[in-house]
Amino acid sequence: MSAVKIKIESLYKIFGKNPKEGMEHVKNGVDKAELLEKYNHVLGLKDINLDIHEKSIQVVVGLSGSGKSTLIRHINRLIEPTSGKITVDRTDVMSYDKNALRNFRRRKTAMVFQRFALMPHMTVIKNVSLGLEMQGIDPKEIEKRALHWIQKVGLSGYEERYPQHLSGGMQQRVGLARALANDSDILLMDEPFSALDPLIRKDVQEILLEIQSELNKTVVFITHDLDEALKLGDRIAILKDGEMDQEGLPVDILLNPGTEYVRKFVEDVNRSRVLRSKHIMQKVNGIDLSRAFVVNENDFIEKFIDRVVTEKPSMIAVQDKQNKNVGCISSKRLSEILKK
Amino acid sequence: MEFFTKFPVMERIALMEMKKGIDLSFRQFSREYGNGIEAFFDPLLFFLVWLEKLLLNSPWPIIILVIAILAWFGSRSWVLVVGSALAFMLIGYFGMWNDCMATVAIITVCTTLCIAVGIPLGVLMSKSDRAEKTILPVLDMMQTIPSFVYLVPILMLLGIGKVPGLIAVCIYAVPPIIRLTNLGIREVDKETLEAIDAFGATTWQRLTKVQIPLALPTIFAGVNQTIMMALAMVVIASMIGVKGLGVPILRAISNQYLALGLMNGLAIVALAIIFDRVSQHYGKRIQKHREGRNL
Repeated sequence: MSAVKIKIESLYKIFGKNPKEGMEHVKNGVDKAELLEKYNHVLGLKDINLDIHEKSIQVVVGLSGSGKSTLIRHINRLIEPTSGKITVDRTDVMSYDKNALRNFRRRKTAMVFQRFALMPHMTVIKNVSLGLEMQGIDPKEIEKRALHWIQKVGLSGYEERYPQHLSGGMQQRVGLARALANDSDILLMDEPFSALDPLIRKDVQEILLEIQSELNKTVVFITHDLDEALKLGDRIAILKDGEMDQEGLPVDILLNPGTEYVRKFVEDVNRSRVLRSKHIMQKVNGIDLSRAFVVNENDFIEKFIDRVVTEKPSMIAVQDKQNKNVGCISSKRLSEILKK
Repeated sequence: MEFFTKFPVMERIALMEMKKGIDLSFRQFSREYGNGIEAFFDPLLFFLVWLEKLLLNSPWPIIILVIAILAWFGSRSWVLVVGSALAFMLIGYFGMWNDCMATVAIITVCTTLCIAVGIPLGVLMSKSDRAEKTILPVLDMMQTIPSFVYLVPILMLLGIGKVPGLIAVCIYAVPPIIRLTNLGIREVDKETLEAIDAFGATTWQRLTKVQIPLALPTIFAGVNQTIMMALAMVVIASMIGVKGLGVPILRAISNQYLALGLMNGLAIVALAIIFDRVSQHYGKRIQKHREGRNL
């Protein structure tokens, strides 16, 4: 597994007049509702520990009020923690003074916002140039890079438009280009696609995946939509009421929910659409696969399920790119997985 | 029973002594510092006199041409250009040209001064709640206190002349621009600010790239208000020696000259309408991004 890029250790955030005192209560086992009612403090985050690996997409899922947006804002310190430690590239983010923090934000991180947060008085190209201008780069170079990213997100020809003149999906593509133009290792995405309608959302998800396969950034992606999380995430963390409920590979979360909350959360997911054959295959163990039905390890179940239904094979062979058998799925296993 | 029917007044002699004391100490203050304060405002006076001379000594067709051009650049509307030129010609035709130029000069200097003082103050207020709490009551007072009241100390300090008039006009006209700058900046969308912070902006970049540009429509409404209020002060300012359209109006009041008062009053109205429309059009025009959706 690749190196840890962002390490979050026992992070607490309490909103209110006296957060330190509120934290003592939380440590003594007071829960979110009680803390609010009795002590008039809001529990934002409670004892969050999370390792985010470089070059991967870490998704944080939770319902509204679960603290996911608060969590992501701690990474670039838009919100200061009540206690805890955040390390990026083995450097303690909390140790930065104003200047160092500014430099960190300029060069190490870039952020995409739920409601785009574009500058309404700037044209598309000016918006995309924003981060680069903060970095103090030569204007010609800025223009070159901005144009490159505008083209990359498919907005060529819209450079001189104002955000208000663009549709939601296009606005968020500007937001994405603005973040990518920064050329930082870390991309912080706070529910970037939640405000978009489903078709457009699918579009921008594809753009993100395509760009990620090329750039290999460390992405922290916040969403309330589990389908989106499963589609994009290399790993998924589930937040509930400011606490981490479960963290792991998408398949583990789906197939082995750790808590009742997670089980309910994943219940309605269309598994055939998010599980790939490699996720559910078992070891071959000498079973003869010479006449078995063959699928690629990266195929979603959805892709071959209709053929399974018509041909009714008892065993499915899972092969990698080189057509080598890497595992198998019995029809019994398949139906079990889909039945759950 | 007397206690209830007669208000317990401060002793007459003591009250008089107190008033005298205040007057005396202020007089002393003005004797000591009056010259220094006057010298401080010298550049302003110089600017005002220079502008007045320029306006009065230039041939009238050139002035009207310049006004028409300014109106065009401000509003891009032919109606306003023709209207302004016509209004100034009428003012000149009815013999009010010189007074009108004097008024234009003082309004220009006043507005410039108010912008120079008001916008930084407004920015300061928007940055600090404490500054807001301190300045707001002062602004309330400046706007409600009858202008004659603050004419007294200004007169004592600086005597009769252009500079005291200018200061009196500015005291009256500066509050809206301070208030609206503060309001405009405070109303800027929090998410936009969060975004600019996330990209590592300095406080200055935050102010100049986001806060002021986004507050500009509101700030501009303040500038517009300031110009209007300065115009409204012209008559009162003429009481303490400011030349302009206010002087004949004063004369009209004391001698009951109806036509004279009316004509000069209408000239002020014409100026107000021109300034207001042109600045409003300009304010709208700099907001290109607010135009309707094109897609």
